[in-house]
Amino acid sequence: MNSIFELFQYQFFNNAVFAAIMASITCGIIGSYIVARRIVFISGGITHASFGGIGIAWYMGLNPILGAALFGVLSAFGIEWLSKKTDVRQDSVIGILWALGMALGIIFIYMTPGYAPNLMSFLFGNILTVSSLDLFLLLGLSILTILVFAMFFKPILYVAFDEEFAKTQRIPVQFISYLMIALVALAIVLNIRVVGIILVISFLTIPQTIANMFTKDFKRMIFGSIGFGLLGSFIGLLVSYKINAPSGATIIFSFVMLFVIAKLVQLSLIAVRRREGVKEAK
Amino acid sequence: MNKLLELKSINAAYDDTLVLKDVDLVVKENDFVGIIGPNGGGKTTLLKVILGILKPISGEIHVNGSTIGYLPQINQVDKKFPISVRDVVLSGLMGVKKLFGRYSPENRKRANELMDQMGILHLKNKNIGELSGGQLQRVFLCRAIISDPQLLILDEPDTYVDSNFEGELYDILDQLNDHIAIVIVSHDVGTICSHVKTIACVNQTLCYHDSNIISQEQLKAYNCPIDLITHGEVPHRVLKHH
Repeated sequence: MNSIFELFQYQFFNNAVFAAIMASITCGIIGSYIVARRIVFISGGITHASFGGIGIAWYMGLNPILGAALFGVLSAFGIEWLSKKTDVRQDSVIGILWALGMALGIIFIYMTPGYAPNLMSFLFGNILTVSSLDLFLLLGLSILTILVFAMFFKPILYVAFDEEFAKTQRIPVQFISYLMIALVALAIVLNIRVVGIILVISFLTIPQTIANMFTKDFKRMIFGSIGFGLLGSFIGLLVSYKINAPSGATIIFSFVMLFVIAKLVQLSLIAVRRREGVKEAK
Repeated sequence: MNKLLELKSINAAYDDTLVLKDVDLVVKENDFVGIIGPNGGGKTTLLKVILGILKPISGEIHVNGSTIGYLPQINQVDKKFPISVRDVVLSGLMGVKKLFGRYSPENRKRANELMDQMGILHLKNKNIGELSGGQLQRVFLCRAIISDPQLLILDEPDTYVDSNFEGELYDILDQLNDHIAIVIVSHDVGTICSHVKTIACVNQTLCYHDSNIISQEQLKAYNCPIDLITHGEVPHRVLKHH
């Protein structure tokens, strides 16, 4: 137990804890929206499309995360815009953007002279090497996300639930949709540094799915997801330190373990309730 | 009588398929209009134009007064969405509350009253996924009328509900019609004709009947391949030869 507290003497570990908190907040809020609205596949598309931005920014000598942010938001807007046109099959477009982003990323990174040492950290993430710029961006995004949800919680919920009805009530549905998809893209891109492109989607879906097992209320689902996000990322962080494995992978693995435990708890709760129900019926 | 809604020579299309051609429609206070027509005849498109969801390619729409109450087809929403009955009902106020509005105690009281009237007050904290089709339909009806609209539009409210609830629904609508004009789309001509005051038949063009009685000849003339009903003390329908 002592060794855990000793860890806080290290700057890198404090940074990692801070990053885990920010990631849990942003992913907890945005992920609940993604899961409730069933746009997990769209989010996967945005995640992989943003790799193109990383590659181009790398080639041009710019900050890769900023490149990914721009690319991610633009492809998110593209998907949102296309999905409003009824004659386009949205999932096919996402499939194309998904592959295009990865291809562009790889092409540009290979065209860049010299070695690309941090490439693995974009694919799998490394919470132990997050920079102060990453932390600063994550903090900014957390504040922005909390503000947007605090101000527009009801319209966001109602537009997500029944867009057509919201339109009949003269709510600025388009504004809300674009705002939300931009936040989704930013949450994905900024958390790439923490858990990586390949794993970020699970940070946005597993804590939310666990929370959704125990509550069907959107607000509680958000708080539950943040809680499970914190729990899973701390366990993952410690395991990563202990066994010296990439933190992204250990965090996601601990999420899945939490999911399995939660499912067992849920099933036994249902069994107990059923047995009590049978007793009452007798 | 005040005109609540007026459509003037509306043409509406999806891509290059013209769905509504030169449609005129006026809805006044206390009207109870049933919209009937074959599948693909443009019933839903007409509703979308009225509600402002679909922009017509030409023509004028005038809506007087407050927001329009709308009851969509219930299969249009995700029944696993994490939202409670009470929140769905209160969401009917978003047109009044706009982006930043908070619910007042009066809003909540009104929501409770409506849910009580519809017999769903005990379900108010339930998730919508736990409800039956008829219960969900009542929730949507509460949402549609909580903002006290002058005009209520219902899109096939008799689908996915049993005939028992169908009867109750029309009783509720008859009461509402005292102070709200109603436009209802249905494919069940038999039931709607015995409740509505006037009928509009949509099959690309719209033909307005100033009563709730239509004859087989009229239907033929407007190219409406639907069952015909006759009226009496007990509504019954006469099917075409087959």
